[in-house]
Amino acid sequence: MEFLEAVFVTPFASIADNPEFLLEVIIGGLLTGVMYSLVALGFVLIYKASGVFNFAQGVMVLFAALTFVGLINLGMPVWLAFLATIAVMVALAFVIERVVLRPLVNQEPIILFMATIGITFFLNGFGQLVWGSDIKVLDIGIPKEPIIIGGILINEFDLVAAAVAGVLVAGLAVFFQKTTVGRALRAVADDHQAALSVGIPLKTIWVIVWSVAGIVGLVTGIMWGSNLGVQFSLSLIALKALPVLILGGFTSIPGAIVGGLIVGAGEKVAEVFWGPAFGGAIEDWFAYMLALVFLLFRPQGLFGERIIERV
Amino acid sequence: MSSVKTIGETLLKADGITLAFGGVKALTDISVEIKRHEILAIIGPNGAGKTSMLNVINGFYHPQHGTITFKGATRSQMRPYEAAAQGIARTFQNVALFKGMTTLDNIMTGRLLRMRKNMFWQALYWGPAKKEELAHRAFVEKIIDFLEIQAIRKVPVGKLPYGLQKRVELARALAMEPELLLLDEPMAGMNVEEKEDMCRFILDVNDEFGTTIALIEHDMGVVMDISDRVVVLDYGRKIADGTPDAVRGDQQVIDAYLGVAHG
Repeated sequence: MEFLEAVFVTPFASIADNPEFLLEVIIGGLLTGVMYSLVALGFVLIYKASGVFNFAQGVMVLFAALTFVGLINLGMPVWLAFLATIAVMVALAFVIERVVLRPLVNQEPIILFMATIGITFFLNGFGQLVWGSDIKVLDIGIPKEPIIIGGILINEFDLVAAAVAGVLVAGLAVFFQKTTVGRALRAVADDHQAALSVGIPLKTIWVIVWSVAGIVGLVTGIMWGSNLGVQFSLSLIALKALPVLILGGFTSIPGAIVGGLIVGAGEKVAEVFWGPAFGGAIEDWFAYMLALVFLLFRPQGLFGERIIERV
Repeated sequence: MSSVKTIGETLLKADGITLAFGGVKALTDISVEIKRHEILAIIGPNGAGKTSMLNVINGFYHPQHGTITFKGATRSQMRPYEAAAQGIARTFQNVALFKGMTTLDNIMTGRLLRMRKNMFWQALYWGPAKKEELAHRAFVEKIIDFLEIQAIRKVPVGKLPYGLQKRVELARALAMEPELLLLDEPMAGMNVEEKEDMCRFILDVNDEFGTTIALIEHDMGVVMDISDRVVVLDYGRKIADGTPDAVRGDQQVIDAYLGVAHG
């Protein structure tokens, strides 16, 4: 009885008592959700363009952030370190294409997926070998003051993150839907062989898309790294992207955004209002439960193009 | 047969092509010439190596021996996109379209190589690139009219019936303005009416654009009707090469099709 009351009565009573607090929790959650969206975006990019679920996306985030911090600690100005890290990620894309993807043209997606697991292990070790495994502080001067807008407490940092994500998403959406390269990318995702036969150079496309995913990874790494410090666990945020992808659909950029927002807001609300009923810490697993429910009723996600059959 | 038509000099010459997968020889010492403006049919029983031959010509397979001379340049290996860039377009036996994309987008991919702006720049500048896109769009509309697929412009091709998918695939190949068009069983799985339409399109393409065509087909009626020359493969070897009439009467060909014991 007590449990049922804690699930079905108490939360609603406290929401009714103080609706503004609910709004505050939701906004806080949405802004965290933006950060999840950023991670999910990297997955969607590669999945859209090559039909591969890139297990290495999380570690690419970590690697980009490590490189960025490492270069700053070597005394580079922030802008130079940013450009240099982009160069590193593009170089990485070239290497991955040459060493991993090219020998595997026309293989089953599952084989490419396994290859990305290999990339994960390699990058993980390589990153720590070069930059060490200590936690590094990343501060590029993004303000972190809490501010109050309309009676609601908001963290300035979250606002900046939301703005950055917004710009990235708008840019990528235009890139995919409106440009010739975007069409070539979608073509490659659909059918490697057919793409080759109309003269799309597969290797150029793969380098472009892995570069873009690397750059998105860098932005993600900077945002998450400023928040949590740059450390190994950064690569685990990739796991948080999975429920986001299941909600939003693996092939949809807007889906990644909306999925991230739902997961972010959902888990905060669940934690604050329903947490006590379950003894707290439901934030950690709420997203996965939500994803399970989605898998039962809408396996292609909210915006997915078709049933996910490849992963 | 189409009326007056001048077959030109050799456009593509395959010389002594041998292709093996491990111990299995798919093609053995095959030499074929394709002349400008002709329609060449490649026929043969299942597993004779017809599709392998097309795959060699457009660079999907790299033969162990032999060379291919296209427009005067000889090579033993070529990447598929290089073949595409030099003017070889193809369709596939089991339709290789971009199923999630619309008919129009599918055909537009055929224009990629004709777009002059480098891909990287296209992604960044899209003022001039957009203008260029419009010109290509106009060209694609002509092909759409030509193949009579106006009504399905915006339909994702995955939703189209098979016969129409084949037509869209042909449209995509035509959008590349190829000099040599390779068609792998363009009429497979079609009903009589669709076959007649497809025959008409192939003849029209050959006639109006002067495109050289090499096709694989199982329907002998179609082959005899539309082709200028027929090459017959059996067990990876060429067993006949000549006009439809000459090939029809060839004893080896009859044996191959009726399944006389080899050996």
